[in-house]
Formats: sequence, structure tokens, C-alpha cells
Amino acid sequence: MSEILPAALVLADGSVFEGEHLGAVPQRGIASGEVVFNTAMAGYQEIITDPSYAGQIVTFTYPHIGNYGTASDDNESRGTFTRGIVIRDLARRHSNWRSEQSLEAFLIGHGVAGIAGVDTRRLTRLLRDAGALPGAFGPLVGDAATTIEALTAAAAAEPGTDGVDLVAQVTTESPYQVGSGARRVVALDFGIKTAIVEQLASFATVDVVPASTPAAEILARNPDGVFLSNGPGDPTQVPYAIATVRELLGQIPIFGICLGHQVLALAIDGSITKLPFGHHGANHPVRNERTGEVEITSQNHNFAVEPESVSARADITHINLNDGVCQGMALRDVPAFSVQHHPEASPGPHDSAYLFQEFDRLMATGG
Amino acid sequence: MGRRTDIETILLIGSGPIVIGQACEFDYSGTQACRALREEGYRVVLANSNPATIMTDPDFADATYVEPLTVEVLTAIIEAERPDALLPTLGGQTALNLAMDLVEAGVLDRYSVELIGADAEAISTAEDRQKFKEAMIEIGLEVPRSGVAHTMDEAMAIIGDIGLPVVIRPAYILGGRGTGIASTPEEFEHVAANGLAASPISEILIEESIAGWKEFELEVMRDRADNQVIICSIENLDPMGVHTGDSITVAPIQTLSDVEYQVLRDAAFACLRRVGVETGGSNVQFAVNPDDGRVVIIEMNPRVSRSSALASKATGFPIAKIAAKLAVGYTLDEIPNDITKKTPSSFEPVIDYVVTKIPRWAFEKFPGTDGVLGTSMQSVGEVMAIGRTFPESVQKACRSLEAGHTGLNASAAEARFLAMDDAELAAAVAVGTPDRLFQLAESLRRGVTIEDLHHQSKVDPWFLDQLSIVVEHRQWLEAQPTVASLSRADWRRTKQLGFSDAQVAYLLSESGDDVRAARLGHGVQATFKTVDTCAAEFEANTPYHYSTYEDESEVRPGTKPRIMILGSGPNRIGQGIEFDYCCVHASFALRDAGFETVMVNCNPETVSTDYDTSDRLYFEPITEEDVLNIIEVEKPIGVIVSLGGQTPLKLADRLPAELVLGTAPSSIDAAEDRDQWAAVCDRVGVPQPPGATAIGASEALAVAEQIGYPALVRPSYVLGGRAMEIVYDDVELKRAMTALGQDGSLGREGGLSAERPVLIDRFLEGAIEVDVDAVRDHTGAIAIGGVMEHVEEAGIHSGDSACVLPPPTLAPAVVDELMAITGRLAAELDVVGPINVQFAVQRGEVFVIEANPRASRTVPFVSKATGRPMAKVAARLMAGASLDDLRAEGLLGPDPHPPHWSVKEAVLPFNRFPAADALLGPEMRSTGEVMGVDLTPGLAFLKSQQAAGGALPGPDEGAVFWSLADRDKEEGIEAARVFAELGYRFVATAGTAEALTAAGLTVDIAVPKLGEGGRDAVALLSDGEVTIVVNTPRGRGARADGDYIRTAAAQQGTPLLTTVAAAKAAAMGLTESATSPLQVRSLQQLHQEMA
Repeated sequence: MSEILPAALVLADGSVFEGEHLGAVPQRGIASGEVVFNTAMAGYQEIITDPSYAGQIVTFTYPHIGNYGTASDDNESRGTFTRGIVIRDLARRHSNWRSEQSLEAFLIGHGVAGIAGVDTRRLTRLLRDAGALPGAFGPLVGDAATTIEALTAAAAAEPGTDGVDLVAQVTTESPYQVGSGARRVVALDFGIKTAIVEQLASFATVDVVPASTPAAEILARNPDGVFLSNGPGDPTQVPYAIATVRELLGQIPIFGICLGHQVLALAIDGSITKLPFGHHGANHPVRNERTGEVEITSQNHNFAVEPESVSARADITHINLNDGVCQGMALRDVPAFSVQHHPEASPGPHDSAYLFQEFDRLMATGG
Repeated sequence: MGRRTDIETILLIGSGPIVIGQACEFDYSGTQACRALREEGYRVVLANSNPATIMTDPDFADATYVEPLTVEVLTAIIEAERPDALLPTLGGQTALNLAMDLVEAGVLDRYSVELIGADAEAISTAEDRQKFKEAMIEIGLEVPRSGVAHTMDEAMAIIGDIGLPVVIRPAYILGGRGTGIASTPEEFEHVAANGLAASPISEILIEESIAGWKEFELEVMRDRADNQVIICSIENLDPMGVHTGDSITVAPIQTLSDVEYQVLRDAAFACLRRVGVETGGSNVQFAVNPDDGRVVIIEMNPRVSRSSALASKATGFPIAKIAAKLAVGYTLDEIPNDITKKTPSSFEPVIDYVVTKIPRWAFEKFPGTDGVLGTSMQSVGEVMAIGRTFPESVQKACRSLEAGHTGLNASAAEARFLAMDDAELAAAVAVGTPDRLFQLAESLRRGVTIEDLHHQSKVDPWFLDQLSIVVEHRQWLEAQPTVASLSRADWRRTKQLGFSDAQVAYLLSESGDDVRAARLGHGVQATFKTVDTCAAEFEANTPYHYSTYEDESEVRPGTKPRIMILGSGPNRIGQGIEFDYCCVHASFALRDAGFETVMVNCNPETVSTDYDTSDRLYFEPITEEDVLNIIEVEKPIGVIVSLGGQTPLKLADRLPAELVLGTAPSSIDAAEDRDQWAAVCDRVGVPQPPGATAIGASEALAVAEQIGYPALVRPSYVLGGRAMEIVYDDVELKRAMTALGQDGSLGREGGLSAERPVLIDRFLEGAIEVDVDAVRDHTGAIAIGGVMEHVEEAGIHSGDSACVLPPPTLAPAVVDELMAITGRLAAELDVVGPINVQFAVQRGEVFVIEANPRASRTVPFVSKATGRPMAKVAARLMAGASLDDLRAEGLLGPDPHPPHWSVKEAVLPFNRFPAADALLGPEMRSTGEVMGVDLTPGLAFLKSQQAAGGALPGPDEGAVFWSLADRDKEEGIEAARVFAELGYRFVATAGTAEALTAAGLTVDIAVPKLGEGGRDAVALLSDGEVTIVVNTPRGRGARADGDYIRTAAAQQGTPLLTTVAAAKAAAMGLTESATSPLQVRSLQQLHQEMA
């Protein structure tokens, strides 16, 4: 690492964390966003490139980050959307046969700023108790030096992720096709992860289309099923997508993941709540209510579906055993189901991968 | 699914004595299992021959059998207790093997006992190398190319296919005994032959060598609904080639991406499913080729293992407890996570710190061994340390070892590495040894590049770079003019990299006190974080802490007066599970008495480091700095230093005197300091063997001149007779003194000094040694725990000697005198708490050898034998109670007069160290102990022998080999006469044969000396003609015939009696057992009989 640039992270509640700057230098010296934490012990590259983190600063609770470098195969999207990363310790040297470049070089190349040397456990405990908070960080010395005051102001001005359409920032501009399977799937891209596209493409020809694509255009592609992807932020901010899904329901089998799950719930007039600090990690136990089996899942969401609000039309199929949050539902009247967690893992366990096969079966039977 | 209601009584088998490869981790697992099963309302029957364990406390099971772990004995227990189920997965390889033996003998079928946890088919699939390999190939996992051989011919055919180098592993063995690597045909022949001999079924696996690959382990749990979770991932710093038990290991995995990790995770689950582990914890090991990521599965243990203990302590997830609950039918999601209380156990712990385990070895105790690590485990214990980063964690682990290091070098202990030249160092790091970590750091200090060092050592570059960060900071510190020039930021970085104040003091040539003051002057204090299974995602209810240097500390204020208990650190020979037993008992007793207990320890195998043993747990090195940091935040009303062996005792002087509970540090010194101790004995009026202290060889010779030979030479402030010797002349004395100096084996522990002189005493030949354990309260009242007569005569370390309670041959008047002297010494030293006094009784005359105002190794044995909870009582006395108070409470009953006899026997690790002489002496070398209880001393002794090494073979099975030192011949013949009456045939060395014949006994074969041609003793042993060896040696000379005979016996597992006293006791037992059938009795029964 080059010379150490002292840096600070300031939260909207006024808490200050000392650290050192790393990665790209942010514009005007300040990176701001909603600060969340992720407890996965590996998979930092996948997290940094996951579009669902748009608008957010990710704190890694595992202290050593960057140990195995980065490999282009592990990117979860065409770029990075996170506003920055907060870590305890950046590996000075990485080691792994798959690695192509260091995490620091990767961050600089993608314009992502970070702060290291932070007592990330203190920060995590604070976020756990106070909920996700807006925050801002930046170097306190050097060309782009900022001040604690400026960071405090930036944290206060940061809108967070409520009421913002972050999907528009991350969705694909134009449709593209992946895979050559017999089944045809149209995937609505709210910020789709590469691993999901790859899972679908393993049995289907997948058209990934912009989030705002209307139902008629989707149906015109003559798909066997529609997939609603993961994505960042507040699902109520994509009313156009909710309307699209409402229209599609009953016409075609639907499978949703994460934000897609929430959009499906809103399409059947369900309601959404914001969790205090969300679920971000790769170790969440989810029980499949149909089989009784427990899956260890990868999770990344701040909003959740209110189970009672959908009970008129849907069965709750998956429950988070840590806090009882709804993790999945299946509509009773039409062929559509969704999960809050990430069966594509990346990073995380493969326990829920069977859900893609279920989607395949649903398309085969047409519901 | 809930708990099963179709079973009521569950039999649990413990792992027996502590041996290399199987240590107190199985006390941790067994104790957790007993508690968990009783919590669920099951009746628990426990069998374990090891009295030093906490699990064999009568409180932990409904019926506790401290009996030999043999099929015969277990059958008797099953017949008496009629259990519905047998849980074999929590008692190590011993329990697993016994369970298989019981299945094969048809015992479980006969008594309708169900195996729960893992069935016979699963155990055999996991344990049988060939079956395992086939099973893994069947599910698409890669394994190293290999073949199985039962003979040398088969073995040669296999390497024709595979080529060299190869690894050879015998089937059905624990800890890798008999395993080795062969790179040349000559090596191959040698290692393969050893392996075939070591395997109980003469089977070895020969496989492609993957030495140098990266090694990983996953700890997996599975429930009967097929839910599986990974509790912990572990990466070995030492590459493949060093047994994982001998490797430095780190949790979690550091150098694998999630993509690669998930491949291992899926493979581990597939492995458990295929093997058929129904429920419980298993450990799966993988090797990964660092160049291309090729993964091969190495092995799996279908049971709780040493790694499970580490994983439990590393994550806070109680694997053994959960395994027990899964075995009786619960599923993971039905069991709450103890730490968060709110979330279920069906999750994968995440951690936000780094855990480092470093093994501890005892090569210095086994002259002749080369100290090279390989695929056979040799370590006797381990430490674990928690830091926020690897540098902090590894430095804490280094200072936890108590091997002279105060961190990763930057301490006086590095002198050895500084003295090596570059070429030596480069050669050294290529070989796994206890020193390699420190040699890597020294290489980095000299500027060896990470590429070169990786090439030499195969240690992953990430680890090397992390070590380099520590080394570079050390160099920066060295360049600072004074400690005063360090800023707050400098201090923070220094401490975050894990440097101890002692290292800074060493580097800057300042005093430790000045360094501490300078640091605290900048407000840089330890902060304490919590081990919570979830990286702070949920609030933790369990105060399980580790220190680091961060912004925030999480210690909550207490509500009750707190007492801190300092544990005993890593297991080593001389300081093991017995002291953990004492610390745990203290914690239980003090909790019951309304105190909050604060445990400090760094040994992951133990019950003391279970998060629910004490009110608060600090997983920390037991050093002055670390302990003072905890005292600062916990503000205890007192600290107990006398129950954890020498580790905490050594700190007594450095802690605030008013906090040290019980006997004052000045009395502890008085018992250790030669002159003060002599004065104490004079005042009390008890004779000591004549002796004096010496620092150098010339002083020693002068002392010897005065007192005469033989003389006993021993350093002060050591435990387990470290470096103790009996010398018979000037030459031996000079050699012993050299060995104790700076360059010798004690050098790394600081060598000799005026503060630490050598004690030289006249050795009392032919004396009977006796141990007395007692406790004394602040009013001066005393209670005797037990008087133990040693089977071996004085001169054999008490820890290696068998002993009998009550004393079988001492006259009642002598016993009374010993108890009275114990009382007077305790009063003179103003002991409050435990005291152990060692006596030698020579022809009825009593000498005091030493007194230790601390808990002794025999405390658990005494407690089991008499039912008197000595450690609990001692802890309460130290916290202010009187014996009368405890009698009123019922904690202390009337003086016990057991109607039975209890024998404690030591278990020695000579089979692990083929190059070392299997001879007992004043330096302790046993790793563990067993207990035999019966109605006569002979039967109890026989049981203790069975428990320690299997039953003594009968007269039809082979001959007794006799080789007696001249001084032993007269008494030896008496013993031989009894063996002859029982029908045993004799083989003897020429001189002994002559003596036996002269006494009218028949000797079938008088064997020639080794090398004189004809079939010598070693050949008779390997051919199985000799099945019992009686060989009494004298002194420690050059390797003589006796050494080879004893070594061969130790390797073959042939019962070896090295004293006449033991031979007599065995003869007595064999005679009695011929007429009295085997009887088993639970401790509960025994203790009731006494009441």
C-alpha cells in the first residue's frame, strides 16, 4: 500500500470512526450513502459488484478483506454500484491462483472508495441498534482532503434509500440475450446479478430486459416464464414494474428473487416494511415450510414483505428462522412464486439452488 | 421432530486417558454431552477410565464408571445398567473403536442397545480407508491416487503403480500413529513395515503424496432431517505433510474465494451424506493444489474431534452439546442458539476476528527424538488465541504457549534463531518443526523475499506477508530512540499488531513497567470484544471475551462480587487436565456460593473455556500484561492462582498482592526457595534428605561431595519434574548441570540464575514415596483429602508413578505421622486452600521431599476415590469460608474411610517417540492417567494396568521376560515366584536367568545380548512370544540393551513393568483375579458405600 491517508467515516447520528483511506478518491473527497453491514466472511468482490448495493456503503464485518484478490469471473454485474466500502484491514498482498489483480487495484479501476482501519464491530453494533444510517467518509489529508464537518454535513444530507428509484440507475439500458436453452425466459432487470443470469441460462434462453419494459413487450418475446430480478432499494419506487407484473400475473409463470419478490407482493396489493438493519450475509437459516428443511441462505435486503398482507392470495413458503421474516411465497391462484433470499448464492451457500429447477418445472407445467 | 421418547438410558463412552492425539477435548465434549442429555431427562451412564476428567464427576451422570475401557468391562456395565442406546461419537477414536468392537462381539445386539449418532456402517465407511475412498469416488469427489496393502508384497506392487513420494497410513488408528512419508524405496520399506505393525488389522493405505498443498478443514453438523451446516472453516498455515494436530491452524479460511469455499462446503455435505453420519458433528479435511485449485478430500471423522473443540471455542457454537441433542432426535432448528437466545442453531456461525491455534510439543522430554513434524501427531497440547487480525492473533498465540516467547520473536527466546546462519535458516524453514514459525519471522527480518520463503516452506504467501507486517513493525520499533517517542497512533498500531509490552521492552531495552506506563499514558488500553457466533448481527447474552485494541469495549458491569480464576494454559506433560478440573470445580463452587466467576485461559480443548462454565470467560494468554488488563476491567475482589498449576502461580508475585486469594505469594516462595524451605522444615521438625542449591557445575560438585551419591538434581519453579535427574557420579552430575544451562533444554525457559538455582538432594534409594493432599482454612483447621502410596519407589516422578489410596503397606502409625506433618507444614506456611506434600519413607523413617501450597495433579483422583470434592472445598476456603462452614453447608462430609482401593496409573507416550527410551525417571513423561477401583489393592492395580494399556496377557498367551538390575534381584524373585505359580513361562537375560534358576525357578530361554547372535529379546517381542516385560534399569546411561527392550515393548504395546514393586502388584492382582470374577462399580455406588 502507498502512503497512509488518515480518513474518517461520519454517520448521520454524529458518530465518527477513524480510519485510513483506500481505493479510488471520491469526487469532492466524500463518499456518501446508506451504511449497511454484511457478515459474509468471503465473497467481497461479488458484494461490491452486486447492483443491489446501489446507494449503499457496505461495511464488511470480517476484518481481513482482499486476501484472495479479485478475478473477473466473480463479478456480479458489468460494474460496481456500491457507494463505498468500510473495512478493518485491507490485505497488503493477496494470494490465490485465480486472482487477476488486487482488491485495491480493482477498487481504483472501478472508482470505488473505501475506508480501512475502522472498528467495524463497533460500527456494526451501532447499525444493529440504530438501524441502517446515512453516512459519509473521505480522506482527511491529501489533495482531496475533507473535514469532519464536511462529512457530518454530507451524512445529514444523504437521503438514504427510502423513496429513491435506484433501479433506474442500475438496470440495463437495452435488452440482451444469454444462453441457448430450450426454455425461454424474460428477466426483468432491476439490478440482476450475473449468477442469476447464469443459473437461468443453464436451462433457458434468457432475454434480460430493462426494468421499465411493459408487459406487452415482454409477452411479445413469447417467453415460457418471466423472472423478476433482485435490485436495490425501496420496491415502492418502481410502480411501473409493479404494474407490469400485475398485468402479467396469470398469463405466464413468474419467479422473483429479492426485490423481485417484493415487487410481486406489491403487485398483489401486499405491503412492505423496512427492516431495522436488513439482512446482509451468507448464513441466514430459512425454513422451507413445505418440506420442513432448513436452507442456509445468502441474503441482502432492507425491505421485507408483510406476510398477512399477502395471505389472501399467497402461501408463505419460506421463513427466516432468525427473526421470522417472510422469505418466500407462492401464489395460490396463479403460477407465481418468489423468494427474498438469493438461491444463486454468489457469495454464499448453494442450498437453495433447487428453486431454479422449481421455476423450470413451473414453466414446464405452465402452472 | 423433538426428542426421542423411546429411549431412556444412554451409555456414553469417554476417551480414556490423555494420550497424544486424544486430549482433554473429549472431556469438553463428554461433559457437554452428559449435561445436554440429562437436561433432556435421559438417564446417563458414563464409562471412562480417566479420573482427571470433569465428565467423570459423579454430578454429571447418573452412573459413572471409572473402569478400564475394554469390551469385557463395557459388557459388564451394559449388563448392569441395561442402556437403550450407546452414543459413541463424543469419546474420540477410543469410543468409536470400542463401539465397533461391541458391535462385532454381538454385545449390542444381545442387550438390544442401539447405536445413536453414527451407526456401524457409517463408522466403518469413514474409518476404513479403502471403503472411504471408494465412497468418495462414487459421489464424484477426487481423492489422492492410492492402494491398500496388508503385506509388504502388496505394498511393493502398489508403489509400482503410483510411484514415489507416497504417504503411508495404517487403518484404525488415532492421531496418525504409524503414519509416514516415503520418498525413496528404502524409506518406503521401513515406513510400510511400521505401518503394518501399528494397524490393529495390519492394513495400510499407500497414497500419492500431496505434501506442500494447502490444507483446509470444515466442521460440519447434520441432523436427522438432513439439515447440514458448517460451523467453522479452518486453514492450516503449515502445508500438507504436517498432521493437522501438529499444524498451526487459522479460522476462518483466509485464502479461498467464496467460489472455492462453496465447492468445499458442497463436498463436505455430500461426504457426510454418503458416509451416513446420521446426526452430530464431523470433521472433513481437504487439500487444495495452490497452483490450479484441484481439490482432493483427505479424510473425515464421523465424530466430534479435536478440531471440533477448536471450532466450538473459535465460534462460540457448542458442537458437542448440539451433537448430543441431535443424537436423541432434535433437529437443528429446534435447538436455540445459547449465545443469542433468540436465533436457532440451524445457522452457520460467522466471526469477526481471527483465531490461531498453535500446538505445543514436549520433545525436550524425550531425548533422542528429532523434533521433526510429520503425518503422525506428536503434540501434547495446544493454545488458541483470538485477535481482530491474523498478526494480533498469531502474536497472542505465541505468548500463550509459555515456551519463552512473548510474541512472534522480538523476545529473548529469539537468540537461537539469531544465531543461525542464512543457509541453516533456509534449510530449517523447509521442515515442519515447533520452531518453524519463528524461523519464518527471522528469515523475513533478514530480508528473505516472500517468494523465496514460500518456495522454501510452501507456506502461503498471504500468511508470509502478514508475518512480514509484524516483522517490519518490529524493525520500526527497534529504530525508535526511546519508548517516550511513541505517539498514541504508534502505540495503537503496535498493539493492534499484537505486540506485547514485553516485546516493546525487549526491543527498546526498557523495563516492562516503564513500557506499560508509557502506553497507558497515551490512553491506549485493551478493549474487549465478544465472541457471539454472528459478528454482532444479534445481541449476545454470553460474556465470552477477547482483548484487542479498538475503539469500543463490550464488557458489561457485574452485579455480584467477582472472583477471577487463572487457568493452566496449554496441556503439556506435567500440567494437564488435572488443573483444568480444579479450575472448573472452583468456578462451579464459587458460582454456587454467590460469586460471579471470571475464567481466564487459552486452551481450546478444555471445559474451563466453555462459555457456560463460568459467568465470564476471557480467552486470553495467561501473562502478566494480559491478566492485568482483565483485572482492570473486571475489578475482581480476588484472583485464584493456585489451582492452575505453575502457569498462574508464576504470576502471583506480579499481581496486586491484596488480590491473590488463599496462601500468600510469600508462602509459595518459601516452599520453592531452598533455604527458606529448609528453615520451614527445621521449625516444623521434619527431616529432609540432605541437600543444597547450586548455580554452576563446580558448586554442584561441591554439594555432591558433601551429601554423596546418588543425588537428585532438579531445577526450581518447574512442574512435572522438568529436567530432573538422578545422578550416580561426578560425570553424570556435570552432564546434568550442562543440560540445565542456557544452551540446554531449559535455556529457552530462561536457563538458570541466582533466582532459579538447581536443587541437589541426596537420593533416598529404596524408599517408598507418599503423597498427601490436604486443605486448610483461614482459622487453621485442616482436612486431609487422601494419603497415596506410590507403587514405584522414590525417584520415579510422582506423575509417572502408580499410586494406591489408601496406602496398602504403610503402618497406621506412619500414616498418622504423615498427616500430622502435613498439618504442621500447612500451618507453618499459613496455607489457605490446597497443599500437597510429598514424602519418602525409608525403612519406616519419614523424610519430606517437598510441599506445594497449590492444587496437585492428584486432586481429581483423590476426589474420585474418596468422594471429597477437594478443589471445590479449596476454592471456597480461599474465598473466605471455613471448613466448619462447608460442613454445615454439606459440601464437606465426614472424613472418608473408603472400603475399596483405588489405584492411579500413568499413561506414557513412548509409542509416539520410537527413538526415546521407555524408562521412568524423576522427569515426568506421562501424558495422562487412569484409575482402577476394586476390593483389594491387587485387583485395583490390575484394573489400572488394563485401563492404561489393555489387560495383562494370561500364562497361555506368552512368556514373561525378566531383566532385573542387581539391586532388584532379591525382591524380583519373589514376584517371579508368583508368576510361576500362575503358570507363566519365563524368558530372561543371562544374569537374571541365573538368579531365577538359583532360586529354583525355571527359565525357558536365557536370551543373548543384542548383537551376539541368536534370537534376542527384541526378536522375541516382535514375534509375540514375550507378552509381558519386567525390566528394571538403573540410571540413565548410554543406550544399553534395556533401552532397546523397553523401546520395543513400548512400540509393540507389550505390557512393560519397570519396577519390582509394579511386578509384585501385578502378580498379586493376577493371583486374585484368577478366583474373583470381574466386578464393576459406579462412583455413585462407591461414594454411597463410604457414607
